[in-house]
Order: sequence, then C-alpha cells, then structure tokens
Amino acid sequence: MEEHSVKAKLSAIAAALMVSLSMAFPAAVMASPEDDLKAFREYFKKRFPNVPFEDFVNGVYALDPAAREQWEAIEEFPPYEINIEKGKDLFHKPFKNGKTMASCFPDYKQGIKQNYPYFDTKSGKVKTLELEINECREKNGEKPFPWGKGPIADVSAYLAYLSRGKKIDVKVPNKAAEAEYDKGKHFFYAKRGQLNLACADCHVYYAGYHIRADLLSPALGQVTHFPVYRSKWGGLGTLHRRYSGCNKQVRAKPFPMQGPEYRALEYFHTYMSNGLPINGPGARK
Amino acid sequence: MAKSTIKIRAKEKGGVVTVKMLISHPMETGTRKDKKTGKLIPAHYITEVDAEANGEKKLTAYWSGGISKNPYLSFKYDGKKGDKLKISWQDNQGQSDSLETTVK
Repeated sequence: MEEHSVKAKLSAIAAALMVSLSMAFPAAVMASPEDDLKAFREYFKKRFPNVPFEDFVNGVYALDPAAREQWEAIEEFPPYEINIEKGKDLFHKPFKNGKTMASCFPDYKQGIKQNYPYFDTKSGKVKTLELEINECREKNGEKPFPWGKGPIADVSAYLAYLSRGKKIDVKVPNKAAEAEYDKGKHFFYAKRGQLNLACADCHVYYAGYHIRADLLSPALGQVTHFPVYRSKWGGLGTLHRRYSGCNKQVRAKPFPMQGPEYRALEYFHTYMSNGLPINGPGARK
Repeated sequence: MAKSTIKIRAKEKGGVVTVKMLISHPMETGTRKDKKTGKLIPAHYITEVDAEANGEKKLTAYWSGGISKNPYLSFKYDGKKGDKLKISWQDNQGQSDSLETTVK
C-alpha cells in the first residue's frame, strides 16, 4: 500500500514538473498559420495605413494613383477577355469520352477558385487549381496542358472569373498540411539566387519601394488577381509562371511549375490572402 | 454572326463625345522572323481607320507598322447622345472590318 502511494506521488510530481517545463520552454512550438496571418496583416496595415484592406488585391495600383489611372483605362477593354472566352470553350468542350471538365468541377458555377489550393490528405499533396485541371484531363484520357501559359491559363482565367468577389478561404486542417504550409513559408522567407533575395525582401520589407521604374507590390493580396495578363508577356500567365520569372530575376534556377516547391509556396502565399476577394483574371504591366 | 475585331465605347458629356476603341489586329511590321522557320513574318497592319458620326466624317487615321498589336484609339468630337457612330478599318493585305454603335 505504501509503495503504491509513493509511486503515485512520484508520478504526480513528475507530471507536474513536465507540465511546468513545457510551459517554461514553448520555443519548440512554431507559430500557427493563424498567428502568421494576423502578424502579416498587421505589418501591411502599419506600412500602408491609407490603403483599405480590400484594396490590397489591386497590388501596386492601390499604391500609385497615376499608375492606377492608366490601369483603369486598360481595364475598359480588359486584355484578358478573350482568354476568359477561350477558357469557357475549353471547359465545356467534350473529351473523347463525351464528358466535359464540368464533371470534375461540379460546383464551378458558384465559384471555386477561392478554395484553392487545398491539402489533399489522401495523397498528402497540396492541390492547386491548375493541377486539378490537368488531373481532370488525364483522368478522362486526354493529354495534360503545358503549364504556365496557353490553355491551362485560359481555363484558370474562366474559373477565376466565375469566382470573382468570393473571399479566399484556404484551410490548413492538420499537421501534414501544416508541414506543407511551413515549407511554403520557409521558401518565401529564404534567400536565393545570385542576387541573394527572398520573396519577402521585395514584397514584404521593400513593398511599395521602387525597383528601377516599377513599384514592388505587397505580398498581401498578391495572388488574388491570377492568372494575370501581363503587358510584358503580351499574354496571360499563371501564378507559377510568375514564380518562375521572379526566381530567374534574382538569378536563381526556377523550380518546375506545379512541382512540390511552388505548390507549397502557393499554399502559404494564398493563405496569407485569406479573407480577400478574388479579382482574377487581372491585368498588370 | 462573326465576332467583330472592334470593341467600342462612346459616351457623351457636356456636348463632347469621347470614343474609345480597341481593335484586335496583329499589326505585324514585316521585319520579325518566325522563331521556328527563321522566315520573315509578312507585314500585316492596318493602314487606315475611319470614324463617322451620323454619316459625317469625324476622323481618318493613317497607320503603319509602327503601331503596336491590338491598337487602342481614343478621340473626342462635338456631338450628342444617340449619334450613330461607324468605325471601319482596312489593312495592307486587303482585309477590313467595321462596327456601328450608338453614343450613350
């Protein structure tokens, strides 16, 4: 009897010690996505106090009134209109087996882009919209579209257009998802390339500053307008096409589009724009 | 009905009509080379744009290969709501298109 109670007392003390120890050393626990999001928003609110939260979706045009005027003039005849029509035709064109893409995206009419990317627990992969568009094609015996531009961007533009106004709602539901989120977060803040720059360098710390003749866009609200018609490209491109270009611009070898790195990055990057409305496809310089 | 190459917006304010339009056209200069074949892409650009309001000539533009792809054109004239606008273009390969609209 006495032995039992001593053991019980010892284990009770040990348990109490462990609890107090873990409370004294919480450093091993990383900040949660929710904490990151809160800090992200607060940073940009402080940096750009005169920009209303929803206006961040317009990037540099929320910061520079002269550029905004020119951009609004271009938006009178949106350069991506043809792409939306092409995307619509592609989406509804029957495959060899008779089905259309609507069979893979049954809720497409209500807008679905705001839910991407998402973590698919079954495959352990981050699924982006473009990835699923091609998975749909392959599932139905068709060749996948090449990434970055062309038909993949057109279909993405059509689906983005249908999702306009819907608030981004990316979820990080479990530990495995959080691991991918953290990979993306790490990528965003890590220096790379000969110019040794991180995404955060230009788009967080130096957002709003000039880079030669251009302004650096803030990372908050940065993904909402994709796929994007860039005057520089003279055409429409996807988010991963831009990631690729940005990496080349800091003289880093770009990662493969829709590969694990860019999908994790898109996961983190889009989560940081949760609550902001989709305004894609967009037009930029 | 075939889709027009011209997109147009015409608004009247204070007795002045502002006409804005975007024309879909490759506007090839004739000096670019095809990346795959190495051959010159033949010149294909709009040579003339005409704008009429209620049958009266308002603007004639003489263009060359110096104008970029998918050109945007904007002009103003003294007019009123309900004016019948007709925009037409012709290019160096003999193609042409036109569009009619009403001023809002």
